[in-house]
Parts: sequence; C-alpha cells; structure tokens
Amino acid sequence: MFRFLLKRLALTIPTFLALMFITFVMIRLVPGDPVEARRGERGISPERHAELLHEMGLDQPVWKQFLDYAGGIVQGDFGTSIVSKTPILKEFLTLFPATLELTICAMLFAALIGIPAGVFAAARRGGLYDQTLMGVALTGYSMPIFWWGLILILVMSNTLGLTPVSGRVDLIKFYYQPVTGFALIDSILSGQKGAFWDAVRHLILPSIVLGTVPLAVIARMTRSSMLEVLEEDYVRTARAKGLSTRRVIGLHALRNALIPVITSIGLQVGTLLAGAVLTETIFSWPGVGKWLIESIGRRDYPALQGGIMLIAACVIIVNLAVDMLYGLINPRIRYGK
Amino acid sequence: MTSRNLLRIALLASSVLVAATAANAKSLVYCSEGSPENFSPSMNTTGTSLDAARPVYNKLVQFEPGSTTPMPALAESYTASADGLTITFKLRAGVKFHSGVNGFTPTRDLNADDVIWSFERMWKAEHPYAKVSGGAYDYFNDMGMPDLLDSITKTDDLTVVMKLKEPNAPIIANLAMDFATIHSAEYADFLMKKGTPEQFDQIPVGTGSFSFVDYQKDAVIRFKAFDGWAGKPKVDDLIYAITPDPTARYAKLKANECQVMIAPNPADLDAMSKDADVNLLTQAGLNIGYLSMNAQKPPFDKPEVRKAIAMAIDRDAILKEVYQGAGQKAKNPIPPTMWSYDDATVDHEYNPEKAKELLAAAGVKDLATDLWWMPVQRPYNPNAKRMAEMMQADLAKVGITATLVSYEWGEYRKRLQAGEHQLGLLGWTGDNGDPDNFFFLAGCDKDGKPAGQNISKWCDAKFNELMLKARSSTDAAERTKLYQEMQKLHHDGVAWLNIAHSTVFEPTRKSVSGYKVSPFGAHEFQNVDVAE
Repeated sequence: MFRFLLKRLALTIPTFLALMFITFVMIRLVPGDPVEARRGERGISPERHAELLHEMGLDQPVWKQFLDYAGGIVQGDFGTSIVSKTPILKEFLTLFPATLELTICAMLFAALIGIPAGVFAAARRGGLYDQTLMGVALTGYSMPIFWWGLILILVMSNTLGLTPVSGRVDLIKFYYQPVTGFALIDSILSGQKGAFWDAVRHLILPSIVLGTVPLAVIARMTRSSMLEVLEEDYVRTARAKGLSTRRVIGLHALRNALIPVITSIGLQVGTLLAGAVLTETIFSWPGVGKWLIESIGRRDYPALQGGIMLIAACVIIVNLAVDMLYGLINPRIRYGK
Repeated sequence: MTSRNLLRIALLASSVLVAATAANAKSLVYCSEGSPENFSPSMNTTGTSLDAARPVYNKLVQFEPGSTTPMPALAESYTASADGLTITFKLRAGVKFHSGVNGFTPTRDLNADDVIWSFERMWKAEHPYAKVSGGAYDYFNDMGMPDLLDSITKTDDLTVVMKLKEPNAPIIANLAMDFATIHSAEYADFLMKKGTPEQFDQIPVGTGSFSFVDYQKDAVIRFKAFDGWAGKPKVDDLIYAITPDPTARYAKLKANECQVMIAPNPADLDAMSKDADVNLLTQAGLNIGYLSMNAQKPPFDKPEVRKAIAMAIDRDAILKEVYQGAGQKAKNPIPPTMWSYDDATVDHEYNPEKAKELLAAAGVKDLATDLWWMPVQRPYNPNAKRMAEMMQADLAKVGITATLVSYEWGEYRKRLQAGEHQLGLLGWTGDNGDPDNFFFLAGCDKDGKPAGQNISKWCDAKFNELMLKARSSTDAAERTKLYQEMQKLHHDGVAWLNIAHSTVFEPTRKSVSGYKVSPFGAHEFQNVDVAE
C-alpha cells in the first residue's frame, strides 16, 4: 500500500511539470496582457505600456519568466496576484474552503440520492420507476446550470421564501470572521444563535444546483453498473442459496457495483473543484472557480497559473484517495504488486 | 488555557457583541457586482474598485450627489489667481480621520501635509509609497496631471497652494475625481514603521462618512457610520454584498436581502418598473456610443462619404433593438445633461437614397469595408455585435459590403488606437462632467497628428484651436460658446457618427430614501436612509 502510494505520488511529478508548462504557455498565447486588460477604452501609450510590462517582469524572455516561476514553485512560492497584489497561496486558501464546502455538500446530495435511486432502478429494470428515473436523470444531465439556478431562486427564494437567494450568510443578522473558511464550522465557532442553521439554508440551493449533473451521472452509472453485476455468477449463486433480494443487492452486488461509481465520483469532484463557476456566479459564492475565470479576463498570469496548479494538486489527492477507497470497498483489489 | 482556546473565547465574545449591536443597528445592504482590486482610489480605474473605497474617503472638492457640479469638501473654499496658474485651497479645520482596524489611532486632524502626501504619492517617484502595491496611478497620468502640476505646497497647516504650468479650466472637476482622494499621512507613517506598508491599500483609513470594518474577497465589504466633518450618516452599517450576476441581484432586492443594486439586467427593467417593492431610478448617462470612421483610410477621408454612412444607418432601429429604449439618440458627442450642449445641432437624417447619391457623387462604387465591434458590453453599448449586424444590413442597402471584425478587448482597443480599422464601434463614459473630457477624444496635437484617444483620426485645426482656448479659459460663458462651436465643427465634419447616450438605471427598494443616481455611475450612501 505504502509503495503504491509512493509510486502514485512519483507519477504526479511529470503531470505537475507538464501542467505548469502548459498553463504558463497557454495563458501567454491568449491575446492581450495584464496592462491592456485593465485599460479599456482609455488606452495607453506604447511607452507607458512597455514601462508597466517591465515593472511586472513581463518584458523578459518567456523561458526566463518560466524558469523564475518554476523556481518559485519549487520553494512553495506561487507568486503574487497582478491585480490584488496578494500572494496567490493566500488568495487561494481564502477562497478554496468555500469551493470545497460547496463541492462536498453537492456530492453528498448527489451520492445520497443518486446511488439509492440507481440501485432501485436496476432492481426494477424496465419498470415504470426505472424508466421515469432514467428520464429524469437524462433531464438533470442536460440541465443548463444557469437556468436551473435562477429558476430555483425564483421559486424557492422569491416565491416561497424558503431559502435565501445567495451568499453564505445573512449579512444583516450575522457577522463573524472566517476561522476555517467553512461556513458550517465558522457559524458554530461564532456562537451566534441561529448562525449554523442560516449557513445550512444558504448551502441548500447551490448544493442542489451544483449536484444536479453529478446526481444524474451517479444514478445512471449506479444503475448500469448494478445491472452488470446482477448478471454475475456469484450473484446468481447467492440468490440460489436463498438469500433475500435485499441481502443480495446490499451485500454482494452493491459493493462491486460501487467501484466504477466511486471512480466517477472522484472525477466529478475534480470537475466541480474548478468548474463550479456558474454556480458560484449565480449564488455569489466566493470560490476558486469564479476567481480563475476572472483571472483569465484580467490576464492575471500568476493567479491563473498558481490557481490551476493548486487545484490540480487537490484533484490528484482526490483521485489518490479514490484509489485507496477501492481497497476498502473491495479487499480483493490489492496494491503494490 | 491554550492560546487557541483563548482565541476561540475572544472570537465568541466579539461575535456575541457584534450580534447584539447588529440587532439594534440600522443596516443598508448594497448589491455590488465584484471585488475591488484594493481600497486606494488613486490606483484604480474600475467603478467596482472606486465604489468600494468611496464611503471611506473624501477629496478636496466633490461632486454634488446626483450631479456633475463640484462643491467644496475637505477644502471649505478655493480661489484661483487672475492668471489661472495658482489655486489656493483653504482646508476645513477639525476634520477627523477614522481609527484603523489594524490598531491605528489618529493623533491629529487633517492638515496640509495629508493633501501634499496624497498627490506626491502619485506624482513623485521618490515618494516612500510610490511603488507600494504596484504603484500605477492611471487616472492621475491620464488626466495629464504630471504635465499640468508645477508644485503643491503649504503656507500653513490649513492652506494648500497648487501651482499649474498652464491655466486649465477642468482642473477643479479633475480634483473631484476619485484619484484625488486625500489620505492620512500619519497612517502611512504608522504602517511604514510597522513594516506593513501594503496594508495602506487594503485597510483604508480616511475622513469619509463610513469607516472600514472588514472585507472578505468575493463575499462582502462592511463599513460602519462615522460621525465626521460631514455629519453622521443615516444608517449605522453599510454592507456591500458582492453579487456578480444581475438576475441574482434583482432576486436579492426582491427578497430584501439588499436594498440598492447596481447594473440591472436590461431584460429585467420592465418587471422592475412594475414591481410594487422597487423604485427604478433613472438618470441620463454621461456617455456616448459612436461609430468611428477612420478619416485616414480612403474613402473615409472624404467627409461626404462619412456623411453618407451617417445617413445610411438607421439609428432609431438600433435604439429600439440594442438599447431596448434605454437610451437616447445622440446628435452631439456630449450628452444633453452636460453644460454647453448645443440643442441647435441638426442631426443627420436616416435617408438611404440620399446616402447612395452622396456615395455616387463621391465616386464610390461597390465599397467593401470592415466594421469592428467590441467584444464587451459597455454602459454606452449594451450589445456591440448586434449593433454591428444591424449596421451591416443598413450598409448593404446602400451598396456597401461590410465585414464584421472583432478581437479580444485589449487587443481591439490597441488596434483601433493604431487606426487599423475602417469602421469601428467604441464609446466613452465621462470622468468629471467637464465637456473637455469628451472633446479631447477628437483632439490632435500641435502638428495636426491625432492624439492617442482619437481613433477616428479626424483632425481639424479650428476644432483644436477652440479646444485649447476653452481649456485655458475660466470664463464659463466663453467656454460654453467655444464648445458649442466645436459641436458644430464635429457635426459638419462628421468626425464620427454619434449613436446614443444610454440611460443609467438604479433599482432600490421602496424603503430606501435619499438615494441619488450619479451621472458618473458612482454609488454614494452618505444621505441614504432605509425605513425599518
């Protein structure tokens, strides 16, 4: 297991190097630069433009910029944002807990509903429930996130008044400093009465919106994986032994069927960490997805490069964790050989 | 007890205290659209960043709320010498600075040193704060201040003397702009000694109606009322809820999660005007959207060809479709709310037949041109692509084939400035309410070469002469006459095709009173109250 971990970690080094190089080059291929990006119709003289690029070190040859950057990364220095002049790591760590919290809640929502729904659909293959569920899942999968978010706000917040529209906290009723960056934890630490429930209410709609596509994917994947497993000999044997359907599905089939589902969850988490841009925008959620997109618009090279590297690190960790989980779910999968 | 536990208890106590205070306080929540770059207006150019710092600061002179008229602020009066080269500012006595949330406590009132410090930071490279936080003072440079200023000195603690190299009528309007904010020199020294000068631009300390409390990136900015020289504001807490999506902003306004919001979605305007809880305030925008016709590229070097283009384009249809009625057709480069506007200008009529005749008379046949459209939405042009498509169709009707072109925004502007286009869409939003701030866009230098912002490359010697004369005159009546003459030259020479001045909309809840829409798009809350 330990050797497996080390091997996997060693394999990430070339991935990181390639990623570092690609992001570095790609962002520079996009037309415009940080000086141009902030000028708008006001314009800038070529002399002043050159002067500002020089101050940012962007007039250096690209290979030199890259070596400087890579040297910084090795020492844990991800650079400083061109726009806010804040260290990238600090900016990332301020925003990342919000994204992580939302991703976890969205995935919980998706998995807790998606897996049982998929199992039931497989158990009643071809029935009305199965067909309805798969139809709904297809709709969920193709749902335009922006539209879905706004519809939920209009119905749940504006019409029914059940949830707040956006943000992470009721700004008038509560004020607490972020300690961990996780609203659910910080609200408890604040000791303010009702703060935790307020944080939960703020998480409901964005979790549903962000979790909708993964929910559909998980439900469909669980169903197909389950159907496959239910055809296996050992399931037939278990049935022949006279075990109840619940026991056959719950104990024998589900554990094996979950392996591809967990892989898919791991991949989805990776997508959500960086790709929650729309949800973060609609729900004014201060996360890293929106920050990265804005960094592209502003040509904030260090923020974009550093942000992508840090998110990549998180995705790799999640995938590694998923690989470890396989062993727990199905001990027949062994590592290190 | 561990230090972690101590911290926890301190946090708990402070939260309870804050919660208790919050229960009795009157709060106003403003749904803003984004996070500021920092809190120093001298370094920022975006409305979002300037709005975020404005509650904290004051300037020597400020625009009257909802207007473009400068009025005394930190300077209780100012006088200009007869030759227009010296302006003397008399500062208010007893103006207090806020205490900083980082432990700064002011020991003195505002004085001339603060004013000199604030200008020299932008002006003098050797200033200790010149390079702190990157130090690009765009507005100060753009408004030509380095070329204009000769010296800024004090004669006593409350008197500042500004000497200019040449007379400049718009200078007072310039000084009412956000870049001319007055900072605390004492706070700057405090941070420098502490070794954290960068906090100067992140934790603002000023003399404004609200003091800074907290900022959480992409989430919230908090201010609290400050009983300073301008009196205590009507609300106790001012909260900026950062809400990037316009539809979500409206949903928050409806749910009373905020009471004032920026930049509504044009599609929501109709619903807002019928919403029983919402006041949809409007103000003519201080802007112009125009079509540049490159006067250095044939056949657009001929005024009659430019006139033909002007007559070929159906701007009424554009107003209806692109601005959805939230704009006003423009016949002059300055908006009608600006002093010196010449209502006597007779606009180019929409007449495709006449346009064809003009083109034929100019010997132009089967003309193929490019037509550039901006890749971004701007206050003066909500949908440049659609506008360009409509123009393309109009031009086709008079036998002109237009090819649509666009680039990334920075690249787009750079190429327009270089004059690569034949026809191109652009516009301008005024900075200070002075007509010069619009006319300079069509200005040329002494040798008759177009200045950097003159993307139409139209140079008219008379126009330039009048512009320089108006700039150096302090006689308002004379300036008005000069600007009206310039509007005629601009129109007759078809320097560009004026398209529209867009209307600015600001929705507020009905419970909000005293809010005035700024023609500059600024958001100010000093006089705003909210019914509980």
